[in-house]
Amino acid sequence: MSIEVAVVGVGLHPFGRHDPALTGMTMGAQASRLALADAGVRWADVGYAVGGSNVSGKPDTLVSVLGLTGVPFVNVRNGCATAGVALATAANAIRAGETDLALVVGFDKHARGAFAASPADYGHSDWYGETGLMVTTQFFAMKDRRYLHTHGLKEQLLAQVAAKAFRNGELNPDAWRRKAISEDEIMRARVINPPLTQYMLCSPSEGAAAVVLARADRAADLCERPVRLAAVAKRTRQFGSFEVFSPWLPPQAGHSPSVDAARAVFASAGLAPSDVQVAQLQDTDSGAEIYHMAETGLCEDGAQQELIDANETAPTGRLPINTDGGCLANGEPVGASGLRQVIDIVLQLQGRAGARQVAGSPRVGFTHVYGAPGISACTVLTG
Amino acid sequence: MTTTAVDPALFSSLDPPRLAGSRCESCGTVTFPAQAGCAKCTGTDMARVELPDQGTLWTWTVQAFEPKAPYRVPAEGFSPYGVGYVDLGEVIVESRLAGDPAGFEIGMAMRLTLLPLWAGPDGAPVVSYAFAPAGAFAPAGGNR
Repeated sequence: MSIEVAVVGVGLHPFGRHDPALTGMTMGAQASRLALADAGVRWADVGYAVGGSNVSGKPDTLVSVLGLTGVPFVNVRNGCATAGVALATAANAIRAGETDLALVVGFDKHARGAFAASPADYGHSDWYGETGLMVTTQFFAMKDRRYLHTHGLKEQLLAQVAAKAFRNGELNPDAWRRKAISEDEIMRARVINPPLTQYMLCSPSEGAAAVVLARADRAADLCERPVRLAAVAKRTRQFGSFEVFSPWLPPQAGHSPSVDAARAVFASAGLAPSDVQVAQLQDTDSGAEIYHMAETGLCEDGAQQELIDANETAPTGRLPINTDGGCLANGEPVGASGLRQVIDIVLQLQGRAGARQVAGSPRVGFTHVYGAPGISACTVLTG
Repeated sequence: MTTTAVDPALFSSLDPPRLAGSRCESCGTVTFPAQAGCAKCTGTDMARVELPDQGTLWTWTVQAFEPKAPYRVPAEGFSPYGVGYVDLGEVIVESRLAGDPAGFEIGMAMRLTLLPLWAGPDGAPVVSYAFAPAGAFAPAGGNR
């Protein structure tokens, strides 16, 4: 019988802006210790570790503060999908029988403002950056505009999603942005890349998140309500996908890696998108949440207007999305962001989500990350 | 002084402005800029081709804030600029957009032009490419 994997502990160093002297790695160590304590295990018990950071150092250096136990430690650096890939790597180590207990940690401490990318890192020549085409937020705006146009959705929807994120942030003591902002104020705010205003885009931030994974058949000894990691899947882009940093696209549009990762994860879990009761979607900008709803199969293209108008994606709705405020209210420390998602879903499935707790004891949760240059990772978690 | 391209690989000609791409001899996929392998069929038999200079606007935005390096700020300082994808039929090309963003609309006709960037070492202009609304050009055959 195949080995199954469960989440038995979670730890978060809240995202936001912190003391300049507080390093990403120190936040990573704090989140790790919180997750170990939540699981009631010691670092010395951990047989496999995976860490992700985009810009804040080599995660395996954490052994120097957590303890030099000789544990195998894998570093992951897959853009916004880093934490999802790290989680998959650790889960596979458990499934392969390498260990019964694994730690996954992600952290980052980003400078203010939009990311600066190097053309060479993405296989482009210098002209692409020098002439001002290599800016991630341009892509978000252009994908949003094309998606809204193609499916007959209103630009106001971008403000509705952002307003929901900040309302959720208000209910989450760990969120960075904890003040509700009206749709009007969001629409009238400083334009970054039209149709996106400043409140419709998440900010790079600082923070760390960690989870402890265990063999599911031993999880009950460690955790009162273990959450099963029913499936995890990751994919890179296929031909025709509209991706960030693309100087050209083929005229026949293809689908995004989110579509492939979501299909794979649901197939592997033996569940359908319609089974999902609480979800986390990559909301680098509010438009991303809108099209990721359809790309992951949670709704049909174009159905978002009705769902969002009816508040179905709020914590009180039929399909709550990003109940902790998502990237919009937490910012995005890239290496940690996907683990924040997993933590929110775990808390929801365990009934530990506090003021933002979804009613009705949800049993099936879903997470989705998406990053440059076209990579996605998804999980299905079951309570 | 001779105008030069920011990257000669982008153009098959500067006067008139024409972009250079590549076509896969196996599956017909057209890329921009030219590349050595086909992203669709993984073939490596790629022929250099000239791309159409007219198309339609597929999506667009405006770069309203000054990007960080490696963006090069013009000598006269940063001012917001249009960015979009233009559907040339066989390939959709990402491009700076010239003209007033207030008039940009998905589906509008666009035409290739040169985009002055900065002065080269000898003082001659260095250019890239941009697409501008086709209505901003003189009607075809109307050249004096």
